[in-house]
Amino acid sequence: MEFFNELTQTILNGVAIGCIYGMVALGFVLIYKSTEVINFAQGELLMLGAFISYSLITQLHLSYWTALVVTILAMGIVGAILERVVLRSLVGEPTYAIVIVTIGISYFIRSIVSMIPGWGTDTYGFRTPFTDKFLRWGDVVISYEYLSIVVLALVLIAAVFVFFGYSRMGTAMRATSQNQLAAVYMGISVTRVFSLTWTIAAALGGIGGILLAPITFVHMNMGFIGLKAVPAAVLGGFTSPPGAIVGGLIIGITESLAGVYLEEGWKDIAAWIILIAVLIIRPQGLFGIQEKKKV
Amino acid sequence: MAFFQAQEISISFGGLKALDRVSFTVNKGEIFSIIGPNGAGKTTIFNCINRFYDLDEGVFLLDGKSLSSAKTHQIADMGIARTFQNIELFKNMTVLDNLILGRHRKRRSNILTEMFFFKPVQRQEINSREKAEEIIDFLDLEAHRDQLVVNLPYGVQKTVELGRALAMEPTLLLLDEPTSGLNMEESEDLAFWLDDMKEELGITVLMVEHNMRFVKQTTDRVLAIDFGQTIIEGETNEVLNHPDVMRAYLGEENVCNA
Repeated sequence: MEFFNELTQTILNGVAIGCIYGMVALGFVLIYKSTEVINFAQGELLMLGAFISYSLITQLHLSYWTALVVTILAMGIVGAILERVVLRSLVGEPTYAIVIVTIGISYFIRSIVSMIPGWGTDTYGFRTPFTDKFLRWGDVVISYEYLSIVVLALVLIAAVFVFFGYSRMGTAMRATSQNQLAAVYMGISVTRVFSLTWTIAAALGGIGGILLAPITFVHMNMGFIGLKAVPAAVLGGFTSPPGAIVGGLIIGITESLAGVYLEEGWKDIAAWIILIAVLIIRPQGLFGIQEKKKV
Repeated sequence: MAFFQAQEISISFGGLKALDRVSFTVNKGEIFSIIGPNGAGKTTIFNCINRFYDLDEGVFLLDGKSLSSAKTHQIADMGIARTFQNIELFKNMTVLDNLILGRHRKRRSNILTEMFFFKPVQRQEINSREKAEEIIDFLDLEAHRDQLVVNLPYGVQKTVELGRALAMEPTLLLLDEPTSGLNMEESEDLAFWLDDMKEELGITVLMVEHNMRFVKQTTDRVLAIDFGQTIIEGETNEVLNHPDVMRAYLGEENVCNA
């Protein structure tokens, strides 16, 4: 029973972290699909979201829920500004140059955060409505904190999928990622699509931040989680939004299991071992479509 | 009744004059063809109308309004739809989704109104789907309605592209080599649809076409160009039988022998 309890707990923790990996990975995928750029600042956007929510809750004394909504909006605006000021002026430049610029953006965000009074390089935490509450189910004890992450993440991810699947703008964004030229002929403004893509990706990062904060605390190096989300995205095929979420979950769960049942050190490489194994069997990733050229 | 006009349009790429003071007039409700040998500048005219290139000189007028200051994506808003020589569809979407995307410009909404699915958004959605179904009926696409475009045969893809353009409810429809890659039967269908579009929907059609039989069958008036310059503009029969046009197509000697 003891073992079963621990296993459930470990898997749930893995799912919670996996949801966050998935969200960050979804940000990667959305930007990559529409602009073919890999945004290496995705992790730093998460970190910035965590700091903003920390300030809103502890300094402005907003409720957790208000802070969640305000963080999402604020990060959306950050994404839109980044696109407008930096990325739009780089349209037409080679992709590798733009990718390098996103690395620059990530350092820029780190520096800004370290310079803001009350943020800096220290570690912070904040209480959520779920802190120190547990659900008991027989012998299994589940923390509300982890449960809340899973539920919130899934709800927000579902909202993103509904938006892309059914709304007019979401459909236009999918269309643009498939055929930009045709999209323009339909009267779709590609500039607007790019701007919305960055808005949504940054908002997803921000949500990841506020959800992750209670587990890892708020600090400047939170952004390194972005490096774990890359294998999640690749695992899913890099162009598949559902693949990003599944990839995130697989990596989250593996990592969590490796952390509990294997020697120290395995935890950090577990993600990469899984990635290599999957890519050997399915080079296009789990949900990727292999582009076959018709000859 | 000049509905669409090109006035003295010119454009060069490097040293090459792709279009040299070309003018033509398309009347409301007619089917107008641009013909000419490969490289004559036909598709360039379309790309200029769509604002992919800026004209060096001259202007396009649609209903008296200049296209020169519009952005590429605003051309659709002005009521101009287009199909392509090499098919530009959203390949990993269904036929229905492609048609609904054609409705993009007809719908107005933002994230907020969509999130709460307000009445006007609902109405637009219903309206879009109805229109798409009408087009599916009109072009006989029922069997392919929910299939991904990428899995469809070439001829059907061409029809879907025409359908998507029709979904935009254009006043001016640009068709770039609509019969290329189609078999006899498919070309016949297309001629039939064109006739219906003209008679029932009142759409003005401007097309680039190589198939002279098809041009003769469907077109009211023709512009013939070669090396970026106008040879002649006029009634279909008059243009197709003009000696300069035959020379441009067949070459000097063949005309003499014929």
